[in-house]
Amino acid sequence: MLSKRLIVCLDVRNGRLTKGIKFTGNLDIGDPVESARRYYEEGADEIVFYDITASAEARGIFLDVVERVASQIFIPFSVGGGIASVADMRAVLLAGAEKISINSAAVKNPALITQGAEAFGSQAVVVGMDVLAVPQSEAIPSGYEIVIHGGRLHTGLDALAWARKCEELGAGEICVNSIDADGTRDGYELRLTRAIVDAVTIPVIASGGAGRPEHLYEAVSAGGASAALIASIVHYGQYSIRECKNVMAGRGAKVRLAW
Amino acid sequence: MLAIIDYRAGNQTSVRRALESLGIPCAVTADPSQIAAADGILFPGVGAAGQAMGELARTGLDAVLKRAVAAGQPLLGICLGCQILLERSEEDGGTETLGIVPGTCRRFADGLRQEDGSPAPVPHMGWNSLHVRRACRLLDGVDEKAEFYFVHGYYTDPAPGLVIATTVYGGEFCSVYGRDGLWAVQFHPEKSGRPGLAILRNFHEYCTGGHNAQ
Repeated sequence: MLSKRLIVCLDVRNGRLTKGIKFTGNLDIGDPVESARRYYEEGADEIVFYDITASAEARGIFLDVVERVASQIFIPFSVGGGIASVADMRAVLLAGAEKISINSAAVKNPALITQGAEAFGSQAVVVGMDVLAVPQSEAIPSGYEIVIHGGRLHTGLDALAWARKCEELGAGEICVNSIDADGTRDGYELRLTRAIVDAVTIPVIASGGAGRPEHLYEAVSAGGASAALIASIVHYGQYSIRECKNVMAGRGAKVRLAW
Repeated sequence: MLAIIDYRAGNQTSVRRALESLGIPCAVTADPSQIAAADGILFPGVGAAGQAMGELARTGLDAVLKRAVAAGQPLLGICLGCQILLERSEEDGGTETLGIVPGTCRRFADGLRQEDGSPAPVPHMGWNSLHVRRACRLLDGVDEKAEFYFVHGYYTDPAPGLVIATTVYGGEFCSVYGRDGLWAVQFHPEKSGRPGLAILRNFHEYCTGGHNAQ
């Protein structure tokens, strides 16, 4: 049986992590390559890098980071942020990433999902979606709306309908991030996660809200997700990946425990 | 030196990086003389069987691979490479493949369920375990609880005597097969962390004389 995955998320700006990561011993690391290597050694199942810079110049620095990561970590990793064309996808995949993640660009140009899937295979295309709880309406029957630009722009798209459309267009995975839960550390938005899982057949990654290892277990059990995206829960030295996985395994989730 | 077959089928760069991290000399190559001179051959690949076979036929690498195996050169097939070593594949409406190993590559059935009742969508993508059926030096030193990274929509069904390990996803399928010096793995050892790297190291040790000493 497949293991439930823990995916560590690293935000990169101008080739550096936006915030240094505290590893055991209070070691503060700002280099994304070194941090990725540490998480690889500590048992992360996958790593995702978000490049939050936009300039062409910073893009070159970021691609260099991707190449250096590829020569040091031997688990799958994906890249998101600033990918708006098949050429952008090709650049990060050639640099060594397994998958690309698109979010706002897919909303603005849904054909990009199909183009990416045809060029590189569905398994390489992850669609990220930021979701906000809104009053139910005719346009948003689920009460979950897709928002873009960090939650500032409402799209009028129902999250469940958009998830189904992404699957139809060729997405290999969906990463569903709850804007409401993000940063709360109170746990994932399980009702949303489960609704998306039930709406599609492709794997769903839960994102936003993890504060304790129990939350990761909830995401993959009650939430039904194939994977949980984690960031602050491990970035500030509060929990190790091993501790997170031990809790998940202790409650009955299948996770990868030998690496 | 290990030759990584270059037929524009995707993951040769990842395989090269993994070997380099182990200090194993290697070259990504389509040059028949360089392949023939190698201590062993890595035959990787991602994508579809039909397209891969077309590219191998166009470049003549299909014959190069058959000659190499016939001459006793060690070979390790990875993912699509593992699948197209067999005689035929159900992919692309039925594709005749290399026929170096007896067997067929089959499509996962639709509507499969995992052991916990959750759906088992195709492709099978993620970390999964091995159930070792037969001791194999390729797996020397690999923890029995180790997991490997899979991405595939088809699975191999080689002649029964060749099965080395199986994996369960919806049903049980063969994930490692072969015999001394001719092996194939369905997962990606270059993306499976330390246990995957151990398999590549074991293969290299076999290629560079470990099999003569034992």
